[in-house]
Amino acid sequence: MGAEVRKTMIPISWFLIFAAALFSIGLFGVLSRKNAILILMGIELMLNAVNINLIAFWRYRDSLDISGQAFAVMVFAVAAAEVAVGLAIFISVYRRRGTISADEIDLLKW
Amino acid sequence: MNIETIVWLIPLPPLIAFFLIILITNRRKRASHIIAISAAVISWFLSMLVYWFASRVDHLGEHPIVSSIPWIPTGDGWLFIGVQIDPLSAVTLFFVAWTVLMIFIYSVGYHNFGQPKGDQDRPGLPPHGATVSDVQGHKHLVPSIEPLYSRFFAFIGLFAFGMYFLVVSNNLLTLFIGWEIMGFCSYILIGFWYAKLTARAAMIKAFLTTRVGDVFMLLGIAYLYSETGTLYYRDILYNPEVLQELGTTPSGFLGFSVAGLIGLLIFIGAVGKSAQWPLHVWLPDAMEGPTPVSAMIHAATMVSAGVYLTLRIFPLLAAGMEHGHPTQTMNIIAFIGTFTAIFAATIAIAQKDIKRVLAYSTISQLGFMFAAIGIGAYIAAVFHLVMHAFFKALLFLGSGSVIHGMEHGVYHTGDHIDPQDMFNMGGLRKRMPVTFITFLIGGLALAGFPLVTAGFWSKDEIFADAFGHNHWLVFITLALAALLTAYYTMRQITLTFLGESRTDAAKHASESIWTMTLPLIMLAVFAVALGWAGIPEDFPLFGNIIPNYVHEFAGETLLEESKPVNFNFIPLVTSIFVSLGGLGIGWLVYRSIKSGAVDPAKKALGTIFVVLENKYYFDELYDFLFVKPAYWVAENFSYKWMDRKVIDGAIHWVASTSLVIGTFLRNFFDVPVVNGFGDWVGESTKKLGTVFRSIQTGRIQQYMILALVTVAVFTALLYYLLIIGR
Repeated sequence: MGAEVRKTMIPISWFLIFAAALFSIGLFGVLSRKNAILILMGIELMLNAVNINLIAFWRYRDSLDISGQAFAVMVFAVAAAEVAVGLAIFISVYRRRGTISADEIDLLKW
Repeated sequence: MNIETIVWLIPLPPLIAFFLIILITNRRKRASHIIAISAAVISWFLSMLVYWFASRVDHLGEHPIVSSIPWIPTGDGWLFIGVQIDPLSAVTLFFVAWTVLMIFIYSVGYHNFGQPKGDQDRPGLPPHGATVSDVQGHKHLVPSIEPLYSRFFAFIGLFAFGMYFLVVSNNLLTLFIGWEIMGFCSYILIGFWYAKLTARAAMIKAFLTTRVGDVFMLLGIAYLYSETGTLYYRDILYNPEVLQELGTTPSGFLGFSVAGLIGLLIFIGAVGKSAQWPLHVWLPDAMEGPTPVSAMIHAATMVSAGVYLTLRIFPLLAAGMEHGHPTQTMNIIAFIGTFTAIFAATIAIAQKDIKRVLAYSTISQLGFMFAAIGIGAYIAAVFHLVMHAFFKALLFLGSGSVIHGMEHGVYHTGDHIDPQDMFNMGGLRKRMPVTFITFLIGGLALAGFPLVTAGFWSKDEIFADAFGHNHWLVFITLALAALLTAYYTMRQITLTFLGESRTDAAKHASESIWTMTLPLIMLAVFAVALGWAGIPEDFPLFGNIIPNYVHEFAGETLLEESKPVNFNFIPLVTSIFVSLGGLGIGWLVYRSIKSGAVDPAKKALGTIFVVLENKYYFDELYDFLFVKPAYWVAENFSYKWMDRKVIDGAIHWVASTSLVIGTFLRNFFDVPVVNGFGDWVGESTKKLGTVFRSIQTGRIQQYMILALVTVAVFTALLYYLLIIGR
């Protein structure tokens, strides 16, 4: 049993629904934005939503276990690294193609 | 080494010589004739050994020298082949060995061994002389060596093998084999100069005519085999029960007994081989071959084989004989023999070519022998066979010598005349003395000159038998034939040797070399002396000096003892009269023929002479009856219709039908179905690909949407299956 859960905390489902909504918004952004940076922003949003989920489950189940927090910190780190790499790729692509619109980068097209 | 082994070995040396010459020494002329003559000498020597041994055996006829070996396995036993020397084969072996050897030696000289190669000589053509220059530079034309010298010796070697094999065999099968080998060699040797059209025609004619006879002979042999199950002489011809059986069973054919029909069929083979009427047409044409061939094959040995065979099957011919009356078959044989004798003799008196006269003479004399067999005079026939072989070979070799002499004259003078035409000769007795004397001896023997020639004794024997057994028609006809024989012989001798030379070539003829004259001399000795071995016992004056060896020895071949005919003056007088008379008339008519003259007989006989000269037009008749129809059938039926229309037509039809079927299959199956299927597979794959690749837009967001949809679907599926469905 971790630290006590305070009786007057809001129900966990509010966090989960909130995270799901954020995730969906992020997903929608990834799927519908043309600009590559905006897609990246969408991905960030999805990662953050995931983080909220993780933290909510940590707090409401065993807040003494440090692994929940560690997990969330890992996710942050990965997100950051991923953005760095992504932006570097975008810059490279821009230099090559002159555009970073997802519609126009279709080298894999038959 | 016993005597049977020696008998087996007799045919072998000439066969080995044949193979050696054609395989090894074909290009070396001297080596070839050495091999051939050595083989002939060995065979001669072995034959003499066997003959001497056989002559000392008591009653050789009852226990001949026999030896057999198993040859072909048949059913439950073996077919044996073997050799047999009884008196008949012994005497035949005697004369075959001598004549073969003499002719082999003669051939060396005849084919001009040692002479240079001719100017225009080609293989397959007779040699035509070589130009040599002497010390002063004068050019002469001399006889040239035969281009195919070795081939000649090879083939006469094979021929000698065939004849020896025939003589020593003890059954009809190997006799037939020897018979056919000789027929083949005869074909090859008649057409020895194959580049001459006449020689080619003659060789085919000889082969086909004898073939006709051979078909009947084979039928006879097959019939004999089917009736008795064997072909051995011992089992059939020396077996009284078998003979009696065969002789009395009717065969169902025109009243002949089985033995009579068999004998008749086999006799027809002899008719072909010994050139009796009606199958006589090939022998005169066979004179196209070189003279040694004519001497050996067509005088001494091969044609004698027909007589030998008929003598051999004499017990079959006589089977069923009643009280000394000849059987039906014997009557037929006597008829054919007598008819041929007179028929050929009449033709011979009108011939110009020296060899043609001798050819018809051979046919005629063989007729004498068959007539003798036909009237049952077995021993007389044997006697005449042996004598005739010697003097006829002598005459042919002599004629070859004459022709050579004439050719020498032709070369010398450049006169383009036929060296074989007697009307171009004359006076050769002075130019070619040895040839003259030996030819004279041979001619007198043929004519039956009394007492000192072999021919007299043997012919007299036949006359005596014919007279003694009251065969009047045969007696008279044969006497007439003998008269004509003497007449044409003297005509031949007079035209060739006596009188004066009628052409320049004859004036410059020269004697032949020793290899040709030595055999002539040897054969002349036999032609004179051999007859004395058969003097009948009760002949006046000379009767009992020498026992009648021929009668005793040859007579043993027969089962029954045959008594010699009682001596009678009439046949003797007739024989002397026709002989001297014919000789005299011949000399009188022809002694003063000048060059360019026409045959006096032509004036006397007119149209008859023309008919005789044209051989009673038998060649033309056969041409019309058989040869032209055969050619017509071959050309129109076999070739144009059968081969071109039917067989080729069938093949063409098969080809065109295959083409139609093939085209049909190609157009209606191969192209639409098979190709179509292949094409359809390709096309549909392409279309499928085209459809599917529209998914690949290269746009990331669409891929992600796709991924999302897939995840959603699978989640729903799993949720449904795992949670709700439980």
